Amino acid sequence: MPEAITEHYNYWLVIFLLMAGLFVTITSGNLVKKIVGLNVFQTAVFLFYISLAKLEGGTAPILTGEPERFSNPLPHVLILTAIVVGVATTALGLALVVRIRETYGSIEEAGLQEADRQDELRAAAEQGR
Amino acid sequence: MAPDMVTVIDLVLLALLCAAAVALILVRQLFAVAILAGAFSMLSAGLLVTLDAVDVAFTEAAVGAGVSTVLLLGTLALTQRRSEESRRRGTGPALLAVVLTGGALVYATTDMPGFGDPEAPGFRHVVPEYIVGSETDIGVPNIVTSVLASYRGYDTLGEVAVIFTAGIGVLLLLGRRREDEIQDEARRSGSGDEG
Repeated sequence: MPEAITEHYNYWLVIFLLMAGLFVTITSGNLVKKIVGLNVFQTAVFLFYISLAKLEGGTAPILTGEPERFSNPLPHVLILTAIVVGVATTALGLALVVRIRETYGSIEEAGLQEADRQDELRAAAEQGR
Repeated sequence: MAPDMVTVIDLVLLALLCAAAVALILVRQLFAVAILAGAFSMLSAGLLVTLDAVDVAFTEAAVGAGVSTVLLLGTLALTQRRSEESRRRGTGPALLAVVLTGGALVYATTDMPGFGDPEAPGFRHVVPEYIVGSETDIGVPNIVTSVLASYRGYDTLGEVAVIFTAGIGVLLLLGRRREDEIQDEARRSGSGDEG
């Protein structure tokens, strides 16, 4: 295999996952599925960072007393933080979805636009009266 | 040269992740979306183990595959189980945007150091210091723990602030709902008395 492929295939597959998440976020009309798309995007970013930290022939960065080559622990720490923050933002997003559902009666983009249109029509009718 | 075992596992897990992502695009049943998202997180946790990030892997398995799936299922129970989108709008432009962005990213990777390259700049700056210091300065055998709690302790403090803010946000969004419901009920029963 050419060197360019063996050196970068991991990054390319992770970029495919990134783009799959982005596609779901853009095209899905359902708010829950949009948030899942964002989550997929986010997990792919995590995998990208951890791929950067991998060292050929390295092991997990835990000292055992023997001289070893360790993968880079710094990205691991950053992503550990990012995973927990990611869940916090997911929870906030889903709470917003629940609130939107209560106010609009729908979690579909089309349903939300329809509800807004109905509201405008009603307001216009009341002004005309 | 035959690829070694770790590379094979790595490729199989990445292929399964790609399959899960494609299934996620196609599926409309929201219950299936939630479970696929959980499977995606679990597979990525497996991949993180092969990439030597064991601490990240068990956080991802517990928080990504566990808590996130519970949150998603809870939301579905409070809203609806099926996505009603009859057809997707803007698939063409979205596909174009995704392919262009992906293409630009793949082009950018050609300038990056290779996968597992020990000469990569990331391995040369502060990291050797952390690896030595973890034993001599901090005395914790797990280097990730010593960076998380000591060298980068302020980052972790910032993380706590973010989680606190998100928790307050969720409480304000969902806690207020109950007050509104109580007021609504009071109003409804009040108007019922008048009628």
